[in-house]
Amino acid sequence: MEWIQQLVNGISLGSIYALIALGYTMVYGIIKLINFAHGDVFMLGAFIGFYAISRWEIGFFPALIISMVLCAIIGVIIERVAYKRLRSATRIAALITAIGVSLLIEYTVIFFRGASPEAYPEVLPKSSINILGVNISSISILILAVTIVLMILLQFIVHKTKIGKAMRAVSLDADAARLMGINVDNTISATFAIGSALAGAAGVIFGVYYTRIEPLMGVLPGLKAFIAAVFGGIGSIPGAMVGGLSLGLVETVVSALGFSLWRDAAAFVILILILILKPSGIFGKNTREKV
Amino acid sequence: MTEKKTLKRFASVFLASSLIVGALAGCSSSEGTKTEGGSSSSSESSDVIKIGANLELSGAVASYGSSIANGAELAIEEINAAGGIDGKQIELVKVDNKSENAEATNAAIKLATQDKVTAMIAPATSGNAIATAQIANQYKIPTVTASGTAPNVTENEDGSINDYVFRTCFIDPFQGIVAANFASNELSAKNVAIYADNASDYAKGLAASFKEQIEANGGTVVAEEAYVADDTDFKSTLTRIKSANPNFIFIPGYYEEVGLIVKQARELGIDAPLMGADGWDSPTLVELAGAEALNNTFITNHYSSQDPEETIQGFVEAFNEKFSESPNAFHALGYDTVYYIKDAIERAGSTDGEAIQKALAETENLSLITGTFSVDEKHNPVKSATVLEYVDGNQKFNSKVNP
Repeated sequence: MEWIQQLVNGISLGSIYALIALGYTMVYGIIKLINFAHGDVFMLGAFIGFYAISRWEIGFFPALIISMVLCAIIGVIIERVAYKRLRSATRIAALITAIGVSLLIEYTVIFFRGASPEAYPEVLPKSSINILGVNISSISILILAVTIVLMILLQFIVHKTKIGKAMRAVSLDADAARLMGINVDNTISATFAIGSALAGAAGVIFGVYYTRIEPLMGVLPGLKAFIAAVFGGIGSIPGAMVGGLSLGLVETVVSALGFSLWRDAAAFVILILILILKPSGIFGKNTREKV
Repeated sequence: MTEKKTLKRFASVFLASSLIVGALAGCSSSEGTKTEGGSSSSSESSDVIKIGANLELSGAVASYGSSIANGAELAIEEINAAGGIDGKQIELVKVDNKSENAEATNAAIKLATQDKVTAMIAPATSGNAIATAQIANQYKIPTVTASGTAPNVTENEDGSINDYVFRTCFIDPFQGIVAANFASNELSAKNVAIYADNASDYAKGLAASFKEQIEANGGTVVAEEAYVADDTDFKSTLTRIKSANPNFIFIPGYYEEVGLIVKQARELGIDAPLMGADGWDSPTLVELAGAEALNNTFITNHYSSQDPEETIQGFVEAFNEKFSESPNAFHALGYDTVYYIKDAIERAGSTDGEAIQKALAETENLSLITGTFSVDEKHNPVKSATVLEYVDGNQKFNSKVNP
């Protein structure tokens, strides 16, 4: 029974990684930028949810939606202020800017509220279902459900809507898309909005599930999600989902075997191995750059 | 350029830049400390005794540092109202070390060289306190940690003593032994598990002495696991511990992680009694874990506000009046630390570092809130410990254990 329990643990952890990884992968797919501020949008999402729940005394779902909306706006602001004017600059300049934005967000939050951690209020009923000796808390079931719904919604947006079509077109060839009458700037903003909204949702889910939130909480999950995105094939949406879940399971298995201190190391070893053996990831395509 | 190369380059640039960024962050935050406590530099007159407080006022264990600062403030207010030390008023110079080792060293240097304090209150956690020991010895400033319980705060690994470093609290091995005896005698625990914070000297010291004592009592350690600070997911390791079926789990660590461990353990259906030490003592623990999950958990601590002793109740009342909350052990230790230093300065009869150092080392039968103690040759006070039980989120006095 221990292993089924571990499977449940791994999927819960992995679905949070997957939600964050989606934002990385979408932004990379469209402007080839690894947005390192993404982990901090996740942190902001957790804090927005926290203040919404504790100040306005609203439930989980309204808080989730408020957090997603505000994070989407924050994502668009970050893109417009920091990244837009660097679109024709070198990719390394944009990358360094992303790290700068990340630090700016972290330390602005610390400046305003200090670095001390906050405990998430209990917004969901605490109960657990015991199936054959496996304890599954109702929260983990809900989290998994919310994650799956958000992922299906994302697939729908990308594949069935006009804006999704525009996103795919821009990611394929921005110049050609512009010639076809697609507003590239708005499409990129929409991508940031959707990615950031997912990070915001992940933040609230993380807070409810793990209770403790603090201004630097985005750093490690952000890096892990980056690994998940690379593992699944950066730029690929199904890849981010599979990568996130696999990383969660790998970390759980490493701890379950008694090597809990090696858990973070295992994640980074995966990153290194993937970059050496198959840099395009599981779902990535080996595309040749056009000359 | 192919996609493959680009991605590799990205990863290497990212790794390198994150290192640089980390280093830069360290530098920039050290400048921050200069602004704090800067107000003190103007009062250089000799009718004031300056006591530096190098404490965790923000960061991971901010709750300890600010509690000690509050306790110390109350003590100083009382002493100053009663005429100070030999007619001199005490001034507290607070510096925030942000719960980081490097910052603690910087703060000690600032207190020693810029503020020129007579004595220092060292950081709350052992690791940070150790980071200030060299500065204390170098500038000959008597330094007392209120709650740094690791043996190597005062005693170096080669057996030499940090001459200018003292403490108000008992040491870790003692807490581990008390916890092991409590588990064997009161809870009749035979199969125990240990889940310790591998990143802290404090937790590792406690785990080692607990293990030794529980095995001497005839118990078996069925699982021994570790975590690192800042982890948030403990479920996989807890599931592993659960499958070993322990009837008692010892979790030495700090409240930030312990709160989550207790919560996740109960979610996984682990009902066994859990026990820790003074690192658990924070209101944040109850917020993180939830009152219900904390039932059937115990801690060893320096003192209890429910202890019926008269002096303790007097302190609890005075503290309540000033801060309108019930004092925890860190408040009491901060308060005691100031009185410990005051006693030594009075007996030394001067504010000279060497004289105060000698007086601190010779302290005997000093009666304070957290117990009556004499200082041994390793600069450790010999005093009693209190066992507390969490009942619906409140600490309940269970028993007192003498050394």
